[in-house]
Amino acid sequence: MKKVQFDSRLTPYILLLPQLAIVAIFFLWPAAEAVRSSFYLEDPFGFGSTFVGLDNFKDVFADSNYGRVVRFTGVFTFCVTFFSLAIALVLAVKADKVIHGSSAYKTLLMWVYAVAPPVAGLIGIFLFDQHVGPIVKMFKALGWDMRIGVNYNDTGFAMVVVAVWKQIPVNFIFLLSGLQGISKSVQEAAAIDCPSGFRRFWTVTFPLLAPTGFFLLIINITYALFDTFGVIDVLLKTQPGDDPITLVYKVYQDGFRGNDLGGSSAQSVILMVVVFVLTVIQFRLIERRVHYN
Amino acid sequence: MATITLDTVRKVYGGAVEAVKGVSIDIADGEFIVLVGPSGCGKSTLLRMVAGLEDITTGEIKIGDKVVNNVDPANRDIAMVFQNYALYPHMTVYNNLAYGLKNRGMAKDEIDRRVKEAARILEIGDYLDRKPRALSGGQRQRVAMGRAIVREPAAFLFDEPLSNLDAKLRVQMRVEIKRLQKSLKTTSVYVTHDQLEAMTLADRLVVLNGGNIEQIGAPIEVYDKPASTFVASFIGSPAMNLLKVKTDASGLAFETGAGLSGANPHGRDRYIAGVRPEHLDVVPAGSPEAALTLKAKVNVLEPVGAESYLYAECGDGGPEIVIRVESHAHFEPGQEIVLSAKAKDVHFFDADTGRRIDG
Repeated sequence: MKKVQFDSRLTPYILLLPQLAIVAIFFLWPAAEAVRSSFYLEDPFGFGSTFVGLDNFKDVFADSNYGRVVRFTGVFTFCVTFFSLAIALVLAVKADKVIHGSSAYKTLLMWVYAVAPPVAGLIGIFLFDQHVGPIVKMFKALGWDMRIGVNYNDTGFAMVVVAVWKQIPVNFIFLLSGLQGISKSVQEAAAIDCPSGFRRFWTVTFPLLAPTGFFLLIINITYALFDTFGVIDVLLKTQPGDDPITLVYKVYQDGFRGNDLGGSSAQSVILMVVVFVLTVIQFRLIERRVHYN
Repeated sequence: MATITLDTVRKVYGGAVEAVKGVSIDIADGEFIVLVGPSGCGKSTLLRMVAGLEDITTGEIKIGDKVVNNVDPANRDIAMVFQNYALYPHMTVYNNLAYGLKNRGMAKDEIDRRVKEAARILEIGDYLDRKPRALSGGQRQRVAMGRAIVREPAAFLFDEPLSNLDAKLRVQMRVEIKRLQKSLKTTSVYVTHDQLEAMTLADRLVVLNGGNIEQIGAPIEVYDKPASTFVASFIGSPAMNLLKVKTDASGLAFETGAGLSGANPHGRDRYIAGVRPEHLDVVPAGSPEAALTLKAKVNVLEPVGAESYLYAECGDGGPEIVIRVESHAHFEPGQEIVLSAKAKDVHFFDADTGRRIDG
């Protein structure tokens, strides 16, 4: 590695300054502010705040509703990540094999990527509308009388479906390019070595796709935890009531609707810790298992 | 072990491009066949059709007695060695070798025996626990060979397996492949564009050009009696000198200008005459007329060590020809020389079709 010498010891720091400033202003400062306010009880009308120590955290954990939200967030994140990756993988494998009109096919599959989350939520509302929604009608014909916005599980189901639908194109694009990055002759060697196409997929194609897969796993978990806010908000028509919500939505709900800034900050601090732990685990796994070349 | 039979095999891409135009070859059991030709001649396509990696447009391919047109690659009982090795990057060398056997439900101890045996033959026993990325090019090539050997297939298919190796390693692996094939006696089809590789490895050569077979024969036969001007210029290095000649009252002559003499052998008006650089002798002026006598002017002398190649211009502005001379011979640019060739070393081809004229 070539070592660059600067005239002044300050020069490298000045060059780094813009990036550091962005990190400080948009991440460190708000994070510090959240940690600070998680120890205070904020006056709802902004007239002052009282230091309450860990009381906000105690309240959060004592709240039975919080446990319910945690459970739903866990299930929701798992379902969204699993199904959006699995469906995208099936589509990518099939699209990779299409020879005629493949670009039209791929473009159509990527289309949804361009849809903004609230719009996706809106489309979801139409699809799951109590009276005219085709999905509701379909399940009704199959004997499942869905009540979106009323029944806890039905609403959760609709959220998962819309969130998965929104995320499939991203996964599809990455998985398809991952598939196309696998050496053709390696796949041909496998075609000669392994009579079963199914087995060939799991023993050669899938392991070689793992680097892309692990990357997408992080992206998808983050997506399910945080970026589904818009979808959820629109589906709930901003009136959650007894409906399922995720942790991030609860932070918003308690902080900005309930005016409990302290409790909301405590929750976001907990979320920060969760994300931090998750990131460390995933990078450890990736470094250990997914490096081929 | 098995015979391989290709019966008027054609390959058409997209209904328009005909890559292979009705090729028929009978490959004997245990034979080493080399498909050779320039890029785009259809040799790789042909091999891939035998492997089952390309569909056969029309025609029939048989391995043993079985027509394999619609058989999956894995069920054709063949093993293939690829140009870029195509090793499984996520598997150890051991698993790379064992993969094809495991998938066929072979017993563990038999797999182990075969892998160890192949590793011993190819001297890769020390690397069995490594991943391919930790191996050099030559070692990877050996692993790729090992993956073919352990299968003990009816046929080996080689798709330019040596072209990614450096020159020295290539010669070494070439000798090894030959030795291995002779001891295993497995029917082999080998694709290359390197005529030296083709000559040294083949029991029989198949020279391909533009999707057609130009000639099939033992290497020396192809060298001695090239069936066409294409084969003549492709096999042998430096390439055979090909001269456009006409005939007049006195016999052979250049179409343009003087500088060539010789008897008309087949009673035709025009020919393409071919002489290999190694069959032209520099003779003193006034020597008796040979089957072909040329007058030329030296352009360049190119020493390559064991021998030298003399580039000279025939007659007045005639074609440039190459002559092999002994390594320490001395010639000056511009020097006038006389060249002669014996009757058995002069090849005549049809001036229009380029096919060999025998008789």
